[in-house]
Amino acid sequence: MAKNIAGASEVSITRTPTRASYKPRKASPLSLLGSLAAHGVMIITVIACIFPLLIIISTSFKPVNDVFDLKIIPAHFTLSNYQTVLAGNFVTWLLNSLKIGGMTTIAGLALAAPAAYAVSRWQFIGKQGLLLFFLVTQMFPWVLLIVPLYILYAQLNLLDNIFGLVVAYATTALPFSVWMLKNFFDTVPKELDEAALVDGVGPFQAFWRIILPLTLPGVAVVAFFNFMAAWNEFMMAYTFLQSDANLTLAIGIQRYVNQFGADWQYLTAAAVLITIPVLIIFMWVQRYLVTGLTGGSVKG
Amino acid sequence: MAVTSKHTEGSSPVRQSVWDRRLRLRVTLRAYLWLSPLILCMLVILVYPLINGLLLSFTNADQTNIAAHIGTISYQATYTFIGLENYITIVRNWFTPGSDENHVLIQTGIWIVANSIFHFLFGLGLALILNRKMRFRGLYRTLLMVPWAMPQFVAAFAWKFLYNQQGGYIDTFLEALHLPTINWGSDPAWAFVAVIIVNIWLGIPFMTVTLLGGLQSISAELYEAANMDGASHWQRFRYITLPMLRPIAFLVTLLDVIWTFNVFSVIFLITSGGPFHRSDTIFTFAWEEAFQVPQRYGLGGAYGIIILLILLVFTVFYSRMLRANQTVY
Repeated sequence: MAKNIAGASEVSITRTPTRASYKPRKASPLSLLGSLAAHGVMIITVIACIFPLLIIISTSFKPVNDVFDLKIIPAHFTLSNYQTVLAGNFVTWLLNSLKIGGMTTIAGLALAAPAAYAVSRWQFIGKQGLLLFFLVTQMFPWVLLIVPLYILYAQLNLLDNIFGLVVAYATTALPFSVWMLKNFFDTVPKELDEAALVDGVGPFQAFWRIILPLTLPGVAVVAFFNFMAAWNEFMMAYTFLQSDANLTLAIGIQRYVNQFGADWQYLTAAAVLITIPVLIIFMWVQRYLVTGLTGGSVKG
Repeated sequence: MAVTSKHTEGSSPVRQSVWDRRLRLRVTLRAYLWLSPLILCMLVILVYPLINGLLLSFTNADQTNIAAHIGTISYQATYTFIGLENYITIVRNWFTPGSDENHVLIQTGIWIVANSIFHFLFGLGLALILNRKMRFRGLYRTLLMVPWAMPQFVAAFAWKFLYNQQGGYIDTFLEALHLPTINWGSDPAWAFVAVIIVNIWLGIPFMTVTLLGGLQSISAELYEAANMDGASHWQRFRYITLPMLRPIAFLVTLLDVIWTFNVFSVIFLITSGGPFHRSDTIFTFAWEEAFQVPQRYGLGGAYGIIILLILLVFTVFYSRMLRANQTVY
């Protein structure tokens, strides 16, 4: 307690009420220990977080006999796993995933952007109810949708069809997209589109020519998350897709697992190819996700 | 809108209100025109299946009796209405000790409680550490994101590889420490622990960054004031950090519980819910009932409705609690 009071008096004497002002107090041996402990905890946590990724990367460069060699640095470095994977069905699945992801992103944005603009700019009857509906649909259990959707798709011949997945993905991503885009549109002053309207430009032109270009970074972030949701989705794809030629990466990668075990060397090589591009972009844009999810109340 | 006031200036209050109402109607019409593609899409893909799922839950629909096109042959739906039978079956099995459903219900409880508690504790602890000024903070924060950034199905395979029983990393590590190795795949309790560990691992980044964001939005002046009053570390944590963090903590925990409830790929890819459904949750179990032979869609639909009701009740109850708590502080 005495230490605290000493610290407090130090602050009051220097009278600089910023956080840095009681910083010197922390340089005691005790806080040095605390700092060491903090770094220790962080290092252990970070290792636990990246270890599975490291192992995947490491195994993907090992020949089949070394898979359970367990050394992080491969003893016999090889690229043959990647060659085998890229020569197989992986490319088909990759193209399917890219197609589905691309179409989902475009369809999702085309539907969500005008809606988000309307919600962001205009006061209309039923707006609050609509926003609440978007929130509630976020917590829909997918299993509830997937059974009736399966039966609907069976009737429409959309099972084992890429287009069926695109429709489902784009729609389920809508509430989140509208919510995020609304937050981004809200950051542009209303006076800008009002000025455009006074100049005799229609609301669509104001949205298309002024608001969209100004919020392009935000729109790109939403586009990426739509893409990633489709890229990563497992349950619907697993339920709906059947034939090898239609699989996405999430399902195709399972083909490296058979009843006798898994071809870990191929599975990990495929996993690295799937993960790394998404991982890099994700690291870059994730702070926007946190801001968007929590309605701007928290900056990531 | 600014345009409104220009037009209505100088007109009588009555005319103005008529004008306002007309304008409001016009804006509403325009808004719904802009929203119509989205609403149409959501009606077809969300609302129609929801209603259909509800209707389906009162039938005995399975793979043999639904309408389908197989090649050039079309089958008519022949399933029949069976009232509440699916619901009665589910609830009766839940409370039959020793049944799979009974185990799954208990496991779902453990799954949600364990995941959300560990997510929160780890998230808060890491956020508190990262909120201090420290070297490499940016690097730690970035690397901490890896579990979130990896596609879940890749993470699931990575962990399955670590858990591998023939010379996998974890068992080898345990051996090196002269500890008994664990049969992750065949021992029911350990299989369940295995999927819980993976899901805890997956959820930590989200909790950490959101709680860290919450911590950083707490005004530093509060801490300075407390500091001048001679408050201890614990007092500052207890009387400033925790109350200020409460709203965001409630929100992210709500999201976390819903997401944890709806986890599929982790359990399905690592243990397939096995052995003997001992690592299933209601969610994965419902999927298995609906899509594994004999594909009881009716029962699956009933599970879907029950899960939706559970989540709705939880959300309403939880937000009441949140509101009640907010008035205290």
